[in-house]
Amino acid sequence: MPVSKETLDEVALSEKEYQLIVEKLGREPSEVELGMFGSLWSEHCGYKHSKALLRQLPSKSKRVLVKPGEENAGAVDIGDGLVVVMKIESHNHPSAIEPYQGAATGVGGIVRDIFTMGARPIALMNSLRFGPLTDAHNRYLFGGVVGGIAGYGNCLGIPDVGGEIYFADCYAGNPLVNALCLGIARADKLVKARAYGEGNLLMLVGADTGRDGLHGASGLASRTFEEERELRSAVQVGNPFLEKLLIEACLELAETDWITGMQDLGAAGLTSSAVESASRGGGGIEIDILKVPRREKGMTPYEVMLSESQERMLVVVKKGYEGKVKALFDRWELRSDIIGHVTGDGLARIREGEKVVAEAPVNLLTSSPVYRKRVKKPEWLNKLQDFDVTSIPDLSRKNASSTLLRLLASPNITSKRWVYRQYDHQVGNNTVVLPGSDAAVLRIKETKKAISLTTDGNGRYCYVNPYLGGIVAVAEAARNLACSGAQPLAVTNCLNFGNPEKDDVYYQLKECIDGMARACRDLKIPVISGNVSLYNETKGEAMYPTPVVGMVGVIDDVAKHCTSGFKNEGDLVFLLGDSQTIDSSIGSSEYLELAHGIIKGNPYIDLEMEIRLQRCCLEAIRRGLIKSAHDCSDGGLGVALAESCLASGLGFSSYDLEAEGRLDATLFGEAQSRIIVSITPKSVWKLERLATRYNIAATKLGAVGGNRLILKGYIDLSLKQLGEAWWNGLEKLL
Amino acid sequence: MKFGIIIFPGTWSDRDCHYAINDILKQKAQYIWHKETDLSGYDCVILPGGFSYGDYLRSGAIARFSPVMSALEHFNSQGKLVIGICNGFQILCESGLLPGALLTNDHLQYRCQWTHLKTENTSTAFTSQCQHGQVLKIPIGHYEGRYYADDATLDELENDRRVIFRYSTPAGKITESANPNGSMNNIAGIINKKGNALGMMPHPERACEPLLGSSDGNIIWESIIASI
Repeated sequence: MPVSKETLDEVALSEKEYQLIVEKLGREPSEVELGMFGSLWSEHCGYKHSKALLRQLPSKSKRVLVKPGEENAGAVDIGDGLVVVMKIESHNHPSAIEPYQGAATGVGGIVRDIFTMGARPIALMNSLRFGPLTDAHNRYLFGGVVGGIAGYGNCLGIPDVGGEIYFADCYAGNPLVNALCLGIARADKLVKARAYGEGNLLMLVGADTGRDGLHGASGLASRTFEEERELRSAVQVGNPFLEKLLIEACLELAETDWITGMQDLGAAGLTSSAVESASRGGGGIEIDILKVPRREKGMTPYEVMLSESQERMLVVVKKGYEGKVKALFDRWELRSDIIGHVTGDGLARIREGEKVVAEAPVNLLTSSPVYRKRVKKPEWLNKLQDFDVTSIPDLSRKNASSTLLRLLASPNITSKRWVYRQYDHQVGNNTVVLPGSDAAVLRIKETKKAISLTTDGNGRYCYVNPYLGGIVAVAEAARNLACSGAQPLAVTNCLNFGNPEKDDVYYQLKECIDGMARACRDLKIPVISGNVSLYNETKGEAMYPTPVVGMVGVIDDVAKHCTSGFKNEGDLVFLLGDSQTIDSSIGSSEYLELAHGIIKGNPYIDLEMEIRLQRCCLEAIRRGLIKSAHDCSDGGLGVALAESCLASGLGFSSYDLEAEGRLDATLFGEAQSRIIVSITPKSVWKLERLATRYNIAATKLGAVGGNRLILKGYIDLSLKQLGEAWWNGLEKLL
Repeated sequence: MKFGIIIFPGTWSDRDCHYAINDILKQKAQYIWHKETDLSGYDCVILPGGFSYGDYLRSGAIARFSPVMSALEHFNSQGKLVIGICNGFQILCESGLLPGALLTNDHLQYRCQWTHLKTENTSTAFTSQCQHGQVLKIPIGHYEGRYYADDATLDELENDRRVIFRYSTPAGKITESANPNGSMNNIAGIINKKGNALGMMPHPERACEPLLGSSDGNIIWESIIASI
């Protein structure tokens, strides 16, 4: 073999894959071609280990306009001639190496995916995972990531409306940084990332090309992590000001009919954007890399084609319109250069002046092998799932109050205000429900509608039971939307897993996707876009399998949105859904880990009941029966009630509680399918009748009022005590 | 009555201002590209928030050299109204139309939150529709909003009652904990000597509808409209 193992390692291709390329090309690939194959066949671009599994996810509904993989992001119809464009993407590995720039460029990349389609970005969210903040390096990563998201996102004028943050030991060497962006476009103005029409021109816009980010796709995103420090140069540096200019200029361009497509330069830079556009357009492309403006001297064709310099766009300009397009970019003080054209021969031809340095069929470059593996449940999983609740002592009455305070102050549950107040979440004049509730709500101007947006993904559940964890991730996201009064419309997901070449990890990946697929099918919510981040491990240890579900829903009348805080003294509080205490529901709970240091036991969900519950809640909100609705999740009933008090500044007093089962499970168990609602006393009968119709239990818990949280006989705390624990929990750890 | 909204490269409150004035207050507002030099025809010009030129050097330090700024100076010297919000306030200070400077927040973080502003002077073109001492609920969103001026300037501002808004508690008390960024004397907004240029860090255009949490920002626009 004429190519060394080191060279193949560098481009993350196996020897077998190399042989396949030689066979299909009928010759040895050139250096540039090898680099292009390596990137496009990487997990990041080619999804070779996950593609077969991802097909399980449902992606169709009447409203879906763009499905996963078709374009840079998925699109779903929200009526009134408008579409929502949405995607979530990871920037885990760059953030582990350089947290500020890694997170910043993660935001930049996902925003480009949205405006590339002609949609104005109107909301950002982030789903983050870190190691414990007791460790200085984790605090550095946490501060850097939050700073990077704030620094980049704030400069763009796109509100960052929420997300989630969890901490666990397993994320210490490998934080997760997932960024979601949502945009709005007019249905008739959606731009496709397609290069077609022989003779049409390829125009590169924005930043100059440098050596930054070489091997991002094949190296950082597709390899495990020992060699991370050497790869520091693989992290790019962001320029949010340039991105802001690109947003405005490209959205202006999207209004014209001067182009056939737009595509941002992300992972694998010019290689993937040009080749993938050509693949979608069904033609070929020819690029002269001498025409690519450079940031530094002496760059080789290989470096130019694989650079991941940020803030660059590839625009396919209809022949004859290049002057107009250039003038538009000139006005925004953006550099634009014609670097090539569309051909009809189905080849990706890269020239350096007259010399051809790469020439390969587009459909070969984009046809990475698809791997399937047999799955076998790992032995160790049985041990995690076999959890006998009676092996631990129950919570004593006298410790109930102090345990609630500890839970409220614990990193996973405590308020994330310290983070979100650093993000501009109001710019755009659309944010109706600010960060801190179950879901963010943004109104859509010029309509009565609003969209509701949330992210969810409990890594601990997925670690103990990937299938159930996958179901819960989807169910809980949908429940969050239901609590805001929104009908779920679509999912975007980011699958953060370890090395899929390992049997255990592949099992987790498959089971998790199966669980998500099941929940998406049953709840009738299609997946419209997503991203896979594999090889998340440090020193051979995989982190929790962590699927993150981003979900958008629509509220037909924004005036009828609902929030989690109690509203008025004297309102009655009901628990909708699972009313019996299930002792095993403390399995894998925050409480179990906090109080006993145990991470074991299956999460508990009844998907059938979940669906009925969400429908019931939605109808109750639409009919105006409910004044507040809050998802009962991490930390169980005790935490959910405390949060509804803290969000409003109103207290709560329970009726006599009959603790039928264990006290710990009653107060802090995490049985799914439960929503805490408050209503006026005169609506009781209507709510009960509605609940009966959906075959959902509606259990009266107590009444809103006073300035204490009282669960008779168990918990009695002032709002001041609760607030001290919850509002300041995170800051105290920093 | 016609408002002009200047767009510098990197401005992002332009659309929010446009929405508040056109859609909520049903007045006329038009965008002005920063390279334009003719401001005749406008009654009030807005410098909106954002990160002009990325604020890479110092907030507003580059934008002040935009062609529109000399036209703005002339416009203002003729007695026409100018309001700078957030980045716009920073640009007005950089250009010398307003005294003082806006430094990095004392906690060194960007801060987006609701604030309460006590109206300190209701006999200006920007506050005539406010009640005496009225507290307005208007949000902030900035990294460099800590108002600073030397002692002489500060004394002059205070003596001339040119401090228009101060960060306060919801009840109107001027306290340290109500100050979100460490501004001297809790200053949130000031006017120039002639009283026809206002700079303020909070975003009145964001507080334009009860649905968004407050419509108190409209009082400022209504005052401007009433004064023309």
